[in-house]
Amino acid sequence: MLQNILQEIGIQNYIILSTIMFCIGVFGVLYRRNAIVVLMSIEIMLNAVNLLLVAFSTYHQDAAGQVFVFFTMTVAAAEVAIGLALLVAIYRNIKSIDIDQLRNLKG
Amino acid sequence: MDSTLVLILLLSPIIGFLINLFFGKNLSKSLSGTIGTIAVGISFVVSVILFNKVTQSGEGITVHFFDWIQVSNFNVGFSFLLDQLSLLWLLFVTGIGTLIHLYSISYMHDDENLHKFFSYLNLFVFFMIMLVSGSNLLIMFIGWEGVGLCSYLLIGFWYKNQDYNDAAKKAFIMNRIGDLGFLAGVFIIGYLFGSLDYLTIKQAIASGQYVDLGLLAFAAFCLFIGATGKSAQLPLFTWLPDAMAGPTPVSALIHAATMVTAGIFMITRMNFVFELTPAVLNVIAIIGALTALVAAFIALVQNDIKKVLAYSTVSQLGLMFLALGLGAYEIAVFHVVTHAFFKACLFLGSGSVIHAMGGEQDMRYMGGLKGHMKITFITFLISTLAISGIFPLSGFFSKDEILLVAFHENKVLWFIASAASVMTAFYMFRLLYLTFFGKFRGTEEQKSKLHESPSLMTFPLIVLAVLAAIGGLISIPGNSWLNHYLEPIFIGSRPHHAVDSTAFILMGVATVGALIGIFLAYSKYIKKGQLPVKDEEVTGFAKVLHNKFYVDEIYTAIIVKPIYWLGDFFKSIVEVIISSIVFGTGKLTNFVSEQGKTLQNGSVGLYLFVFVLGFSTIVYYLFLA
Repeated sequence: MLQNILQEIGIQNYIILSTIMFCIGVFGVLYRRNAIVVLMSIEIMLNAVNLLLVAFSTYHQDAAGQVFVFFTMTVAAAEVAIGLALLVAIYRNIKSIDIDQLRNLKG
Repeated sequence: MDSTLVLILLLSPIIGFLINLFFGKNLSKSLSGTIGTIAVGISFVVSVILFNKVTQSGEGITVHFFDWIQVSNFNVGFSFLLDQLSLLWLLFVTGIGTLIHLYSISYMHDDENLHKFFSYLNLFVFFMIMLVSGSNLLIMFIGWEGVGLCSYLLIGFWYKNQDYNDAAKKAFIMNRIGDLGFLAGVFIIGYLFGSLDYLTIKQAIASGQYVDLGLLAFAAFCLFIGATGKSAQLPLFTWLPDAMAGPTPVSALIHAATMVTAGIFMITRMNFVFELTPAVLNVIAIIGALTALVAAFIALVQNDIKKVLAYSTVSQLGLMFLALGLGAYEIAVFHVVTHAFFKACLFLGSGSVIHAMGGEQDMRYMGGLKGHMKITFITFLISTLAISGIFPLSGFFSKDEILLVAFHENKVLWFIASAASVMTAFYMFRLLYLTFFGKFRGTEEQKSKLHESPSLMTFPLIVLAVLAAIGGLISIPGNSWLNHYLEPIFIGSRPHHAVDSTAFILMGVATVGALIGIFLAYSKYIKKGQLPVKDEEVTGFAKVLHNKFYVDEIYTAIIVKPIYWLGDFFKSIVEVIISSIVFGTGKLTNFVSEQGKTLQNGSVGLYLFVFVLGFSTIVYYLFLA
């Protein structure tokens, strides 16, 4: 059944979609100043990778890729939790979550 | 047994040194002086015991403690050789050392750093014992450097006076020049013989082993340069008169009786080497005679009581070197011993005078002390007669033997030495007349305080004066105990000059010469009552003498100034070049990091951008290119 989907849509379309999503994520990270949007963009990149993993997992008929995706999602959830907590802490300090304002790392 | 005795001999002064160094501050002054004196006294007792042993058996004692340096078949042992020569030196070093320690207790009693003084003196005695009793040249070198260090410490003992510090530095640096020669000589000898041990070298030479005589002569010459530094000969003699900046007991012990004779000890010790190099011996004889003459000339016009004695020491050392250069080692040793007695006595006597005068050293402000200080005067008179060479005091015999040898070997050297002796008689009696005769020329306050020194100071004076009087007995012409005693340290039998009519005529000539010197001094300073003029009024040749032949000025012009110039050159040219390279490297690094710093501006956006760019580049080159 899943094999049919792949035959109908084609693996290269998945690759292209995944690439587009990843690029959207990268540009989101690079061009948006709002830290929450940056975090969201990172999530998009992760999901692009997840999509690719699942697609290849089906293509090779190997479940390992799908198992790996579960791990990625768990890690992503943890990462978002920590990231948001950090953002809250930062907001309390400088009343802003604009990453251009975070220049205290300057050496 | 022997090794225990040698250990006591060596360790006793060093323990005295350590006690006074670490606990001296908490000890009372008399106690720390007593400890210092006893420490040297023990060494003296041990020396006497060892001396008895060696005179009875007639053989030197060798004590080996451990192997010090071992490189393939080159061995230097930490061992000591107590034979006739080293024991003779030990006897008068520790004996006179004890007397001078005793004297210092009283002389230095006002000094706040008395414990330091005694610890340095003990250290000096320790190094002197090392110097004379080591069994190889390297142990001698330890002592050689050590006594130089102690000399430096003691000349600059009153360190608050910058002139004294300069004098100390001058002594140290001049000695270093000599030490370099000594060390070079040691290296060459080690290279030639594969050993530094006296007995091994002596054995090798006695058995006729082939050595490169040219190189050996160079080694002997280097050793002699070392001796000129330590024993204040031309051209390195200028430090000794300046060394009088130290306390008077130091001048007596180090700069008259013991340390300055180290050069003579070393050459006598290595006599078998010098015997193979007659050219070097000639140089030694000439340098010795010239030193005797030059120093005697300078001493004629000095007004500082200690400076006169210092130049007289240089002059007498010159006579000893003359004897060495003529191959008459035992006569040089004889003069070392008698000179140690009367010169130590003279210095201690001058210390007693300075003590009474409240620190005044200029003879123009003394005079008439005869009545105030009887014991000092009598002992001083005996020693002055001894150094002038009046029969039957010790100086007569030793000086006469030197003149006799010189007469047989080289008439010119004999004439120079005789002239120096006549001048010796003159300037010593000039010193005596100006100090003890005539009217007192100091201030009223000084006059009211004139006093004979306490018995702790006069006792050493009396002992030394007795020794100065009878010291000549150890080597009476014709039946010399000393010559016989020293025979084992030489190879083969020694030449002897018979006591013939020439010898008696020479004795007569020398005595008449001395009497002429005394008479000249008498007529000038007693009969006519002349006084040395003020420093500014000195004219003519006397001015040259007064300025010590301008030797210091010449050295300043040809050595010190060029060195300063070289220093300036290095500072202004070479250092600028080197420092610009060094600082340039630093500045470059700084500049690069300044540039790098702007990248690290804290902007998260930029970091991310660079990160993505970098990652993309890696991916491109790894997978896509």
